[in-house]
Amino acid sequence: MGKMLSRPKSLKNVALSYCPGCGHGIVHRIIAECIDELSIREKTIAVAPVGCAVFAYDYFNFDVTEAPHGRPPAVATGIKRTNPDKFVFTYQGDGDIAAIGMAETMHAANRGENISIIFVNNANYGMTGGQMAPTTLIGQVTDTTPFGRNSKKEGYPIKLCELLSVLEGSIYLERVSIHNPKNIINTRKAIKKAFQCQIDGKGFSMIEVISNCPVGWSMSPLESIKWVKEVFIKSFPLGVVCDKR
Amino acid sequence: MKATIRVNSERCKGCGLCIEFCPRQCIFFSKQFNKSGYHWAVLEKENDCTGCGLCFMMCPDICIETYKNKGIR
Repeated sequence: MGKMLSRPKSLKNVALSYCPGCGHGIVHRIIAECIDELSIREKTIAVAPVGCAVFAYDYFNFDVTEAPHGRPPAVATGIKRTNPDKFVFTYQGDGDIAAIGMAETMHAANRGENISIIFVNNANYGMTGGQMAPTTLIGQVTDTTPFGRNSKKEGYPIKLCELLSVLEGSIYLERVSIHNPKNIINTRKAIKKAFQCQIDGKGFSMIEVISNCPVGWSMSPLESIKWVKEVFIKSFPLGVVCDKR
Repeated sequence: MKATIRVNSERCKGCGLCIEFCPRQCIFFSKQFNKSGYHWAVLEKENDCTGCGLCFMMCPDICIETYKNKGIR
């Protein structure tokens, strides 16, 4: 029997430390497959965030550096400006990119830095135990909003793709999801387009991946997938938000 | 047997996403536990597997590999 599908070369043969059913593993695999397909593993430098994906350097089989909380776009800017021939992308969560790292993200996009950002949005702070994040939905119960997020007290969820789309520097922004095989294929196409955008030297691209967080949401993996489909992507509509390629 | 999958039983965390998304309902949980204490995924209806790869696609721990018999369609 011939082997058809297996672990991509850009992913090390180690166990992932994520919770059962977590979407991070799927996003890792998609990124590794895109890098293998584009044959850019040797010149890739990734920037890992603070959050669940903090150990990304243990999983990816290319160079990964760590950045302070929220600062991967700033670190990636430095790497890309000093090594313009390298391929630089950041992998960030919603607490990292949209809360503490908002300024770095906005300014990196506004400067039109030639980097790619993979933004994994799971609507809470997963690593610290499921507190409210800027992207938490209205009415969503988290550790710090036990009666549901109230827009009068905690404001509204931040839609980062739409926010960045008004900046002239941002070139390609798309929101995708990984709750079923069809959307996983779309995610793969989107990430490949964003990577190609950087290889062609066009400028800033960001892919927002709607992911599930079963443990943070206090759900089973299947319930969390269902919640993404029925509730999450209704508030965060999928699709291309900005395409100036 | 047209195709088959191989599950790394020690890496599987028993999330059940492959079981949910298998279009032919071939995959089930094992009766035993692995070292981490999870029931891993097992291909039980071996003759029904077509090697479509949806389980591989949904697996968050990348512990599934798919194999196909090249001659048979």
